[in-house]
Amino acid sequence: MKQWAYVLVPALLLLLALLSFGLTNDPRYIPSPLIGKPFPQLSGIDLNGNKVILGKVKDRPLVINVWASWCAACRTEHRSFLRGAQKYSRQVEFVGVNYKDELLNGKRWLSTLGDPYEWSFFDNKGRAGLELGVYGVPETFFVNQQGVIIHKITGPVTDASLADAIAMFSKGSK
Amino acid sequence: MSYPVLFITLLLSLLSVSSFSYADTVSEDPLERRALDIGKTLRCAVCQNQPISESNSGLAKDMMAVIKEQLQKGKSEREIEDYFVARYGDYVLMKPRQQGIGLPLWLIPPFLLIIIGSVAFIFLRSRTLKVPGRPKKLTDEEKARIKKEREKNKHDKD
Repeated sequence: MKQWAYVLVPALLLLLALLSFGLTNDPRYIPSPLIGKPFPQLSGIDLNGNKVILGKVKDRPLVINVWASWCAACRTEHRSFLRGAQKYSRQVEFVGVNYKDELLNGKRWLSTLGDPYEWSFFDNKGRAGLELGVYGVPETFFVNQQGVIIHKITGPVTDASLADAIAMFSKGSK
Repeated sequence: MSYPVLFITLLLSLLSVSSFSYADTVSEDPLERRALDIGKTLRCAVCQNQPISESNSGLAKDMMAVIKEQLQKGKSEREIEDYFVARYGDYVLMKPRQQGIGLPLWLIPPFLLIIIGSVAFIFLRSRTLKVPGRPKKLTDEEKARIKKEREKNKHDKD
């Protein structure tokens, strides 16, 4: 029986290591298959009723943040976006996607908390969100000058994660 | 008629006054059935381990609506699944596909079963082959010794 131990013990240890590694993963995290793919061009309206195309790159890379007035985590990341808009607005264009929200609630949210976005796409039915594989707000997409999604942050951003993600743009272009 | 009798009669008569109930006429839309079948194969991203056909979450309902819409456009089941996989990744499939990275998931279990089965078979067979032979005949000397020991044992007990 002893020779079995030489096989069994390492096998069990390996299994244990695998399982404990699995525990460190976040079961709610779903890696996006969209990274490295072009951002879908979605036509619709912004919060002021103007016709817009979401995902269209004008002169700067895009930071597209999906938010909603009913989303608590959006509130926590909002300050980072306000600070980010001041800091990086020359390098990137901040665009909001108002996801599954009432128009008035969305507008009130921006007027009371401050509006870091150059404009916000009005995604009342959540269809744009579906196109983007959004499964919970907030989610933030980073789209480079070529219109390709290079990074995505699921959940609230922080000053640091926002800065890191924006730094990826300059790395990619050089 | 006395009051109690009247009362009971009235009460009993109430039982016969039951409202008519109809089952809702169900129009079995073949599209609906197909949409549900596709919905069963897709995982709801918010609720971890529920197909979108059973989930009440907003996202799952939206996804069901998209399925119906695409079916109306004449898209095939595979095309609709691909649509969601392209946006949400392989995660949305309740059953991983039997190709690419999903292939080992399907192949490893039967493979392990075969290995474990054959190891068990070899092990058990080697055990049955190792039947101990007939015991050796005792020599007279040994017999005498056993007898002596037994006697000794008896005396000790007394």
